[in-house]
Amino acid sequence: MPRSTYQRLLGFSGKLAVLLIVGFLILPAVVVTMAAFNDKAILSFPPQTWSLRWFVKAIAYEDFRAGFYHGLVVTAWSSTIALIVGALFAFALDRYQFLFKSTIEAVLLSPLVIPHFTIGLGFLILAAQTGWTRTYALVIACHVVLVLPFVLRSVYVSLRNLDRRCEIAAASLGASPLRVMTTITLPLLLPGLISGWLFAAILSFNEFTASLFVTAQRTQTLPVAMYNYVREFADPSMAALSVMYIAGTAALIVFANAFLGLGKVLNIEQNR
Amino acid sequence: MNKIADSDALSPELSITTTDDVAVNFDAVTKKFGDSVALNAVSLSVKRGEFMTLLGPSGCGKTTLLNLAAGFFGPDGGEISIDGKRVNDVPTYQREIGMMFQNYALFPHMSVASNIAYGLKVRHISKSEQERRVNAVLALVKLTGLQDRMPRQLSGGQQQRVALARALVINPAVLLLDEPFSALDKNLRAAMQVELRDIQRKLGVTTLFVTHDQSEALSMSDRVAVMSQGRIRQLGTPADVYCRPSDRFVASFVGDANILRGRLEQIEGASAVVSLGAARVTVPSAPLVGVALSSPVDLFVRPEQLKIGDVSEPCATNGTVTAQVYQGGHVDIHVASEASSRDLLVRTGEHDALSRWCIGRKVDVLISASDGVAFATTSDVR
Repeated sequence: MPRSTYQRLLGFSGKLAVLLIVGFLILPAVVVTMAAFNDKAILSFPPQTWSLRWFVKAIAYEDFRAGFYHGLVVTAWSSTIALIVGALFAFALDRYQFLFKSTIEAVLLSPLVIPHFTIGLGFLILAAQTGWTRTYALVIACHVVLVLPFVLRSVYVSLRNLDRRCEIAAASLGASPLRVMTTITLPLLLPGLISGWLFAAILSFNEFTASLFVTAQRTQTLPVAMYNYVREFADPSMAALSVMYIAGTAALIVFANAFLGLGKVLNIEQNR
Repeated sequence: MNKIADSDALSPELSITTTDDVAVNFDAVTKKFGDSVALNAVSLSVKRGEFMTLLGPSGCGKTTLLNLAAGFFGPDGGEISIDGKRVNDVPTYQREIGMMFQNYALFPHMSVASNIAYGLKVRHISKSEQERRVNAVLALVKLTGLQDRMPRQLSGGQQQRVALARALVINPAVLLLDEPFSALDKNLRAAMQVELRDIQRKLGVTTLFVTHDQSEALSMSDRVAVMSQGRIRQLGTPADVYCRPSDRFVASFVGDANILRGRLEQIEGASAVVSLGAARVTVPSAPLVGVALSSPVDLFVRPEQLKIGDVSEPCATNGTVTAQVYQGGHVDIHVASEASSRDLLVRTGEHDALSRWCIGRKVDVLISASDGVAFATTSDVR
């Protein structure tokens, strides 16, 4: 059946709209990426001459190196603690009935609606009282609060999708509750646990607002170090760092996809 | 006959000659969910090696009884024992049961072999012995060569075989089956029924099978317990419950039944005679105790026990053909008659039934069987 001019026009404008939206979404990343390869010492677009020297400078810069290291320490601890705490709470919320269940659920998810600077400021005030201001513990505690809701959600969704009859079947075959947990429940939850940890890690590593309040020179994370840098200089090493951020995160997701299947890790697929 | 089977089940002290014969015993088991009573003092003994079916409509308590045997929850009253050992307080994982679930509940992260070996591994059986038994049971369920597949790579029928193998490999004291065929299409279902029964017979494993499908129950079981509203209404062989139903519920739930308004002619000892037109049918007298002679009773007749004839033969009743339903192997003829409030269902295998008994034709209906069952007209509640 031949398509009318109107239909063809509609199809064309539809494709154009999709293209524009996608373009708009990746525009900042494209601009920054191109700026990173600029030879000149200004953040301009588009660059006239190309160079990798800002990458070299960014990697060599002491504050960035320290910030990267601090960020890794904070991220590793905070997302792991959040995973354990979040998984336990998710399990309790899914399996048990108890007093104030909905209140506890609301409190656990509340960091989603409280601004990050409020949480950062709160921790800073508390830390000032106890003299903890310069410690990792403060930054990690703050990040745990920030990423906990994401881990909780992720594990909770996996628990919901878990077929309870698999656990019952295992019990009928003679497996004790502990054995069911280790051989059936945990393996089936693994994609959810990993995706929760991954979300938490990415969020924690990128977190800036609250980190600005709770980090000190000795615990300064990479985004804070970048902020401090950009207050004084405006060369493309910032852009170079951004490109490395993007590449690093993308590599992480590709890795997760290759070994676990992205659909499973991001909980897109329904568990069978 | 059915009365004997009945009392067998309802009073365990009579049926248990030696406890060795009984694999699973329920003694006056009661289970409530909130205010509703799911099981009301149910007693049932499953003999060793027996294929026992719990048959009933949804909500009759059959699945509850199965879950109690599995130990997924405990009874509110009564005792449950497996192999002569009281298991009321024994958790599922210590009960030595094999269970097959409606959706199979295979472990999606394990291969076929690991699924089947799970129960052996839990029991700390040696690797070589595990392998030997897994291979043996795979051969039994005809899945040899598929041990390395993942469950999602299997068809529905294959998944079912894996589930069966997984339950059988541990040599359970009792095999519990919860509507295992409901997800299969009709042809596969029939084939699996035959195969399951064959395997069950070979291994001699005691089996408790739950279904709402009466033809499945009749074709597979050694004995059937027909359940309704938390009670066992009748316990007996498939032939018992089909030919000699003990009450109206069983008569209408198991198979198709015509309910004809007859007249009680005579009652003597264990049998009685009900007449309808020229037909005289011998029935058990027990359900008719207290009914006055020559008062109306409900005579239950199976569709294949009715016959259509031309007007003028001495017949049970007469009526008009209202519909013909061609079923391939047989034809169902519907006849509107004064003797029944609903259309009579007559099942015939005659080739020319469709052309002979066309719609609108006046016909005689004969009862070809000389014995059947009858119940008092109003007293019995469905």
